[in-house]
Amino acid sequence: MTKIGVVTFPGTLDDRDAARAVRLAGAEPVALWHADADLRGVDAVVLPGGFSYGDYLRAGAISRFAPVMGEVVDAAGKGMPVLGICNGFQVLTEAHLLPGSMIKNDHLHFVCREQVLSVERADTAWTTEYALGERITIPLKNQDGQYVADEHTLDELEGEGRVVFRYEDVNPNGSRRGIAGISNAKGNVVGLMPHPEHAVEAGFGPDGARGPRSGTDGLRFFTSVMRALVS
Amino acid sequence: MGRVVVDVMPKPEILDPQGKAVAGALPRLGFGQFTSVRQGKRFELEVDGPVTPEVLAAAAEAATQVLSNPVIEDVVRVADSEADAAGTVLSEGLA
Repeated sequence: MTKIGVVTFPGTLDDRDAARAVRLAGAEPVALWHADADLRGVDAVVLPGGFSYGDYLRAGAISRFAPVMGEVVDAAGKGMPVLGICNGFQVLTEAHLLPGSMIKNDHLHFVCREQVLSVERADTAWTTEYALGERITIPLKNQDGQYVADEHTLDELEGEGRVVFRYEDVNPNGSRRGIAGISNAKGNVVGLMPHPEHAVEAGFGPDGARGPRSGTDGLRFFTSVMRALVS
Repeated sequence: MGRVVVDVMPKPEILDPQGKAVAGALPRLGFGQFTSVRQGKRFELEVDGPVTPEVLAAAAEAATQVLSNPVIEDVVRVADSEADAAGTVLSEGLA
């Protein structure tokens, strides 16, 4: 069975939801601990959301130096699929696996909403089960969610087709060019601010076409990576 | 005991939402003369001995590798705290 590791740092909040999403997708979640330089034989890794190390210094800045991150960086370099969600995305930028950074939302408020995204790449390890241009709705909840990078980096991301998700209808945090998620050049490392793991099970997700709380648009992140690992 | 001061500021081209919020509040409190505010961070790194050039070099390395993120921030000062003793006295005097 496909094994997907979920890293817990001190202050991680969404590791259990991420593990549950992995299980609902049909893979085996494996708990990974920040202090262990050991990926326990997993096929892919999820860095979940939260406030690792209290977000002191900068979001994700201290987690980057956790022993497990050395292993994640090595494995990502060899092509292992890695998904960073929210704080996990911030950790990936601090670890230089993805470019740019996140600063405080432009309006300075914590935002918690059901956010529409457009899928701009349906060929990364984490997005093959989506259609290109598809609109999906998953929760967004953060304080430091404004994606920033210099113009040269933004042009490079656009030119290389590495913008994976863009905010639709409204830009909820002032992110440059409406960017919600990006990938590395190979497409095995993806980071995004919104939370797919909170939209995987009817009854607990955003409002969807089949009624209140019926949205499960996030589940295909996890089925996508299973497909990527098999092929 | 020596102390190194490291100042980190948001890059000029990065919009500083916190500084902007402070700039918005100041006129409401009667401080109308300040046209712009940028908010940064100050770190004080203490060492057992004096602040030698080696200590300053290590502090500069820590400043660029850990204390700041070059994508969004600049390290604007790495200095022996004694070097700005006058400023320290002034701020204590105000408090």
